[in-house]
Order: sequence, then C-alpha cells, then structure tokens
Amino acid sequence: MTGNEVVAWAALAAGADIMYGYPITPQNEIMHYWTRMAPKYERGFLQTEDEISAGFATVGGVLAGKRAFTATAGPGNILMQEAMAMAEMMRLPTVVVVTQRGGPSTATVIYSQQELNLTCFGGNGEGLRIVYSPSSHDELFLYTIKAFNSAWKYRFPTFVLGDGYQSKMREPVTIFDPEARGITMEPCRPMVGLSGLPGEERDPAHLRNTYNLEDELYEVLMTAIKEYEAIAPQVVEWDTYAVDDAELLIIAHGVVSRAARAAVVSLRERGFKAGYFRPVTLKPFPAETLRPLAARARNLLVVESAYGQLKRQVQAGLYGLETPVTGYLRPGMGITPEEIVEFVHAKELI
Amino acid sequence: MAIAAQPQMPRVWRAETKPHKFCPGCGHGIVLKALGEAIDALDIQERTIFGCDIGCSLLSWDFFNLDTVQTHHGRTTPVLVGIKRARPELVVVSYMGDGGAYAIGAQHLVSSASRNDLVTIIVVNNTVYAMTGGQMAPTTLPGQKTETTPYGRDARLTGRPILGPELVAAIAPPGAYVARGSIANIVQLKNFIQKGLQNQLEGRGIAFIEALSSCPTNWHTNAAATWGFVEKEMTAYFPVGELRTPEEGPSGRFQEVPARGFQS
Repeated sequence: MTGNEVVAWAALAAGADIMYGYPITPQNEIMHYWTRMAPKYERGFLQTEDEISAGFATVGGVLAGKRAFTATAGPGNILMQEAMAMAEMMRLPTVVVVTQRGGPSTATVIYSQQELNLTCFGGNGEGLRIVYSPSSHDELFLYTIKAFNSAWKYRFPTFVLGDGYQSKMREPVTIFDPEARGITMEPCRPMVGLSGLPGEERDPAHLRNTYNLEDELYEVLMTAIKEYEAIAPQVVEWDTYAVDDAELLIIAHGVVSRAARAAVVSLRERGFKAGYFRPVTLKPFPAETLRPLAARARNLLVVESAYGQLKRQVQAGLYGLETPVTGYLRPGMGITPEEIVEFVHAKELI
Repeated sequence: MAIAAQPQMPRVWRAETKPHKFCPGCGHGIVLKALGEAIDALDIQERTIFGCDIGCSLLSWDFFNLDTVQTHHGRTTPVLVGIKRARPELVVVSYMGDGGAYAIGAQHLVSSASRNDLVTIIVVNNTVYAMTGGQMAPTTLPGQKTETTPYGRDARLTGRPILGPELVAAIAPPGAYVARGSIANIVQLKNFIQKGLQNQLEGRGIAFIEALSSCPTNWHTNAAATWGFVEKEMTAYFPVGELRTPEEGPSGRFQEVPARGFQS
C-alpha cells in the first residue's frame, strides 16, 4: 500500500480517536483513508477551515483526553506551528504527521527533506519536541503508533516526519494490532472535563500559556527543559550499518537513508570501508552515539534532500570533533545510491 | 456598625482569585458574572469548559471554578470545537474580545457559524485592542480616536465597524442563536447567554453573543463618559437585541435544498 494509507491504518491500530485535517498535497490520502475507515470503527474526523484550526482543534481533542492527530505538509506545516508552540508550552501530547514537500513557499507538491528545521524547531520556543524520521512503510506504521505512545508518555508534541515519496510510493508492509506485538498503548487522560465539581470536590483545571513574570516563565520552561533532557536517552533512536571499521561514515535520515545504505553496500562490495549512520529521532538527536563513530572515521558525508538542515544538526552535535564533514545537499531532489557513490569518488572521500 | 451587604456572586465564581485582574471600570467582570449566573441557572458547572483568548480576556484564565484553557489570539473557538468534537457531552464556552473574534480569528468564526458548531461564543466588544494599549479594533467607531487612529478612525480608509452578530446571523444555518447584549443591561445579557448555553445543551447549533463593553483605561474616559459611550455611541452602530432564535433561518440569502449527490 501507499505510505499515506499506512499512516491511516497505523492511527487506527494505535486507537486514535479523532483526526482534524485540512487538505494539502502530499498528505491528502491520509485523510481519504481515515474518512473511509473512521465511521466503521467509531472514530471522528473534522475537516477544518485551515491548518491553524486543524492544529488547534487537535490541541482541543488532546485536552479532552483523546488520541487526536493531524497531518500536513509544507506551508500547512508552517501554519501548524502556532498550535504546536502552544502544545510545547502546555506539554500537550499532540501527534502530527508531516509529509515533506518542496520548499520554501508553495514550491513543489512532490518531495523534500526541507521541513526538518521547521518540524524540530518551529515555534517561538526551544524545540521541546519528539521527531521521528521513518524510512520504510514498516517504519511508518511502527513510528506512527509509537508517536502516540511517546506523546502521551512524555507529554511533548510528537511528529512523524515523512515525505512525499514515502506518502505516494507503494511497498509491502506488515500491519498489526499493537497489543498482539506486546506494545501497550499509553493511556490517555483528560486535562479538562474532569469528574467532580470544580472548586468543591476538586480544584478546577486552570491551564494557561501566558505568564506575567520572567521568573514565572523561567521556572516553567526549565522544568520542561530538564524533563526533556532526562527523557531524551529513552527516546533517542538510531540505526547503523558497517560502522565498526568505517573510514567514511555516510549520514542520512528518512527515505534518503535507504540510498545511503545502498551506497555503503555498493562501496563495501568494491572493498571500500564505508559505513552508515541514520538518526531515527531527529529530536532528540542521537549525537552521543554518533560522536565515537564519527571520531573513528576519516570523513563524514551528510546526504540529504535539503541544503544542510541535517548537516547543521550533525555539526552541532559533533562540535569540537576534527573529522571533516562534507555534504551532498540536494534540496527538493531525490537521491540515488549511484549519485552518492559517484560523489564519494569525485570528492575523494575514501 | 453594619457591614455593607456583599453582592451575591455566582456559585462558579472562584473567590480565591478575587479581586479579579481587570482594570477599574472594565466590563469583563460584568460579562463574566452574567455568564456565571447563566451556568448556575442551568446547573452545568461540572461539565462546562471555559476557553479564553489573548487580550484582556486571557485575564479570566483562573476566574471561575470551571475547567479552563487559555489559548492563542483568535484560536479559542477551534480549540473548543476540538474539545466538543472529541467529548460531545461537555459544554464549551469560547470567550474572547472583538479583535480575536473579528480580525485574527474571523475565519474560524465564519467557519464555525457555517458548520453550526455546538459552541457558545461570547465576544466582548469594547471597540479597541485594550491589552496592547488601545489600538484600532475591527469595531472602532468612525471618528473614534485610538493609538493607531490618533486623528479618529477614517471609515473611507479603514472601513466601518464590523457587525459580528449580524454576520453570524446572516450565514449560520437554522438552529443558531445570535444576540447582542450590553453591560448596561445585565439581566438581559445574562438571559441571552443562558439562551446561548441552552442552545448548545439542546444540540441545536452555534450560539453567538456579543456584549457591548467598556474600556475607560484606553478610552481615557471618566465614569459618566464611559457609560455615555456604551449606551449611546456604541448602540448607534451596534443595536442590542436578539438577532436569531433557533427557529429562524439565516438573515442572508438562504435556500433549504435537500441533500444532493452525483448520479451513480
């Protein structure tokens, strides 16, 4: 099936209660599949007037204690950031599936990896989010389910950062009931509409994102930042291949990591000591794991369908390390293993 | 010596957070009291969710013994629509100023009205952006001086005051309740708000109540001039009364047409 269909099935399997959505390519079929399935499984859907409303209605669904989610891309992702900033401030477990398209502006409806910065750091805050970057349909299924669990467990807005290629391409996928695989869905609890008479039987829930004093805000933020830092080691995920003796470490995320891995296989077949590292979580970023591998390598090559958004994360994470970092940076363009191999030789990286 | 009688406050009034945070002479306290009395009258305290916007309305985030969420500028209605769609048994109140409702949040208002969302929206119209220091609002009267219209609002350049209830009344499907009240008539205002909550309880459609209100801080008016502006100047543009009852159809062009689809 297509990636968008996989996401809809994953949300269903995860027990998502309601989706709020607004049309934008290449995300649309997530809504198309969801709206066909939702009435059969007693799930909700509302098509809102824009992504601002879709984001805020998702916030509302989550406040009401339901597994609510939305999906968007490109310019819609920009509009969604306002609500996600509120979710970040108020620690609301929102789930957003992003299917990256070309940018900036309207650009293309096809594909890119240019929404890494926006998804990881969007909003007027510190980027206290969880961002998963799946690379296959099996992972799209798995990480959409995981996004709901991480969101409700850790209470940071959580994103599945897919892309237009993954949305539209078909590949075999195994879908499953999470319980059957021993995955227990994190329970949801309402933040408003609690039982008991507020003010008499219990305190009312008074939820806000506005503060009067610098000190007041600082305390709230530092609590969240410390919690984020504490949970990061549990959340962070990565994937490696042939890294032990790698002289060249190729770093990529999402669908591009498949090309990177294939390039490493091809280089290894010809006797070149190449390895591959892939951050599965872009936020938090697995810098601690990458650092010793990068220190052992002679060269690092970051490959991405953006102009240095991943490279910047890598360099920030490896600050102080002397291994040279080269980028094969193709904003909005698909990347093949052959191109990567050719680039490696042309730049004499191995 | 006898102590002056304490005014009777609604049961949902949260004593721990009083005195409230609004300026002296502000209308918000009156509107909120009317809302509190309406909630008491309908006995829906336990299942009412109060949402407030950005601007002075945000100061009501801890006003009531109600589960409350303070949202972003103009975004309170989408948040509460999200809550209502997820938990239809709850009663949701979206509380905001005229800037949040008619400028930055206008698309949400229009869309919620068209969908007849089951939400009770209360808009406090004081003709200015008050929290930010008294700039022109969508409701500023022609000729009225504000920080961004220091020589008075020129309707030829910046338009006339937007008529929120009239807009909602024109487009909302049958089942909607729309009214404009004023802090100058508290009994009537409470009545309108109660009908608006009742409309949601009965699942009939959107309820929209605008409340004409005061801002002596930004108007730079004394008590007499404040009341004069609310009662005379504002009502000249914003007539008080019920604009739509649930039995009535939209005041704009509207034709009841059966559901249609493509021939299969």
